[in-house]
Amino acid sequence: MSALAARIPTREQLGSYLTLRKAPLLVVLALVVFAFSYVLFIAVPGTGAYSWRATTFGSAVHDPGSFIRITLDSVTFAAALFIVSSGFALIFGLMRVVNMAHGSFYLLGGYIAYEIQQTLTGQGFSLQGTEVNTWEWLIPLVVAAPCIAVVGLVTQQSFLRWNQGQELRQALITIAISVIIADQIIAHFPRAASSGAQRFGGSAVDLTWPGWTDRFVNLHVAGVSYSLAKLVMLGIGLAVGIGLWLWLYRTKTGMIIRAGVDDQKMTAALGVNIQRAFAIAFAVGSALAALGAVVWASQSNISSGQDGQWLLNSLVVVIVGGMGSIFGAAAGAILYAFVADFSAAYLPSAGPNCCGSYSIIFTFVLIALVLAFRPQGLFGRPG
Amino acid sequence: MNPRAWTTKQQLERGMAAVTIVIAALAPTFLNANWTNNILTETFLFGLAASSLIFLSAYGGMVSLAQTALAGISGIILGNIVTQGGEGGVSKGLHLGWDPTLGLVLAILGTTAIGLIFGMVAARSAGIYFLMITLTFSVITTYFLGQVTNISGFSGISSIYRFTPSWIGDLVGHPNRLYYIAFGVAIFAYLLIRYIVRTPFGITLQGVRDEPVRMASLGYNVPLHRTLAFGFAAFLASLAGILYAWWSGTVAPGNVDLPETINLLVMAVIGGLVRIEGAWVGAFAFIVMRDYVRDFNVPGLSFGGTLFGGSFNTIIGIIFLAIVLVSPDGLMGLWGRLFQSGPLSRSKQRSAPQAADPVG
Repeated sequence: MSALAARIPTREQLGSYLTLRKAPLLVVLALVVFAFSYVLFIAVPGTGAYSWRATTFGSAVHDPGSFIRITLDSVTFAAALFIVSSGFALIFGLMRVVNMAHGSFYLLGGYIAYEIQQTLTGQGFSLQGTEVNTWEWLIPLVVAAPCIAVVGLVTQQSFLRWNQGQELRQALITIAISVIIADQIIAHFPRAASSGAQRFGGSAVDLTWPGWTDRFVNLHVAGVSYSLAKLVMLGIGLAVGIGLWLWLYRTKTGMIIRAGVDDQKMTAALGVNIQRAFAIAFAVGSALAALGAVVWASQSNISSGQDGQWLLNSLVVVIVGGMGSIFGAAAGAILYAFVADFSAAYLPSAGPNCCGSYSIIFTFVLIALVLAFRPQGLFGRPG
Repeated sequence: MNPRAWTTKQQLERGMAAVTIVIAALAPTFLNANWTNNILTETFLFGLAASSLIFLSAYGGMVSLAQTALAGISGIILGNIVTQGGEGGVSKGLHLGWDPTLGLVLAILGTTAIGLIFGMVAARSAGIYFLMITLTFSVITTYFLGQVTNISGFSGISSIYRFTPSWIGDLVGHPNRLYYIAFGVAIFAYLLIRYIVRTPFGITLQGVRDEPVRMASLGYNVPLHRTLAFGFAAFLASLAGILYAWWSGTVAPGNVDLPETINLLVMAVIGGLVRIEGAWVGAFAFIVMRDYVRDFNVPGLSFGGTLFGGSFNTIIGIIFLAIVLVSPDGLMGLWGRLFQSGPLSRSKQRSAPQAADPVG
């Protein structure tokens, strides 16, 4: 009884909840509430007149269709982000290796899949969706992912394994490898481009989704039709998430990996072959980069130079979500995708050069806010 | 033996430093224009940027990949303030056309302020986390500059060198002047770093590098010291950015993108992340390599393009990999090992403290 009474805050304790120390938190909360209400109620569709309330679409109240579409865009983008960055997080969580070559693996996987699809379909530079059947999309995927798994495995075994524990050195090694791979990608891909200058100019190529996904599904909500391909992407993201969860939480290998994440030395001391777990995790993590590349290159495109973009994506997801946790990767991917897509869509069009182009700032704000309150990320553990 | 007597290594180093300074001071009289105006001037200014990275790494235990971005930010601020629109002013930017001296001051102050903000965000992390967080700063800066056409856009701001302060004068017509300015600023930065690390602040910073938890329990504000160190490094980077803007004339997002960020890291690592001198050694080695290896084609590994030709990035990547694998402390580490007594052991990485120690 007295224990319960002690937990009921007194008047003085209540007052202490609202001290100056809490001021930053309150300011942040107020800003977040404002951002939500801006997107939901305040914004109005732009009419040409410049105002702080004018946006391209208007708020959810004014234009529920666009709101739902952007929400779905964010969720599907988050799925792609999750596929790529869960591999990054897996490697980092277990081995404390920041795989700076993850972006290069992504790019290499995408190009390998592209070349295979071109060979299979025997078509030229751009393909119609209707000319691709399911196999012609799946075979590039199931070839490219193991290829990158092997590249990752070789990297880990030949360069990283004997530098275990030297985190900075391992990061530098993967940077060197990413430089080499990125340059060699320009030298060799895409094979159809004849000169280096053409390739360097970032000749973007795209994989093509199978024909049956190339249509819009009527969602029967606010008259929204949505791309089936993007919904497939969401499904693949969910499948990867569930698969990873089953693997990590329901199998013996997963158990070893989770034990390794918690305490590497103790796991090894118990007689577990942790080197085998490292090798498996690195291969799977790299293969996820390739899988993400195939999915996103089918949706968008792939071009030299995107390795930096996807390295950034993976880093942001892992920094925000927490280092080395699969739930962290999911949370980070969703937060990052929502912040990126909504800031791009709902920044006021208050002038000719304002403000949509400033959207990237919000990625920085997201990182800053998360790190300010949780330096270890949302799902990370301290220490 | 007198404990203050110089060791052989110190004597050699001081002798080499004196010879280097004399050669550098007289270089314009006997070297050709390409060497002084390009290779050596670039060495000084990229070495300056690398020295800010090495300062953070050697004395703060923080390997920052944001230094290239900070240098670029300084160049962009300068370009926006000093350039004038109208004839020749075809590039993007605000073209405020203010007094160049004021622009200089604002570029340095603005970059230092942004550096302090970056530092504040990252200060509670160290080691590998710091590397990741600063890398995101760098990439975000690149995309920000590329997207925001008001202040830069992808083409960046050009012909900044036409608007120098009157007390400096025309740098395009007198490249030697820029050479000596870069030389002077590099020496100034070197001496300043040497001074800073001997101040109480510098000593505390080294304590924070080695034992953040212990320093925190002694009552030192660990994040504050990291933030201030980052601000100081941003100041150094801003000087490098201004020199770069004057040297190249153009500052664009392409100057701060991922490859350029990695290039600066490569310079610092080739030189060695443990000693300030390594910054200029590494920059010199990198730039000489770049200028002479650029057109070299490795059969099967090059893309034979006319744009950058050769397979420079592959070669530099392999060299970088070799350095990291053989001597993680770079050339300065190799030099130090020459004088080590006892067996040649793999030197312990002083610049990489046990990463995960967020304090605060």
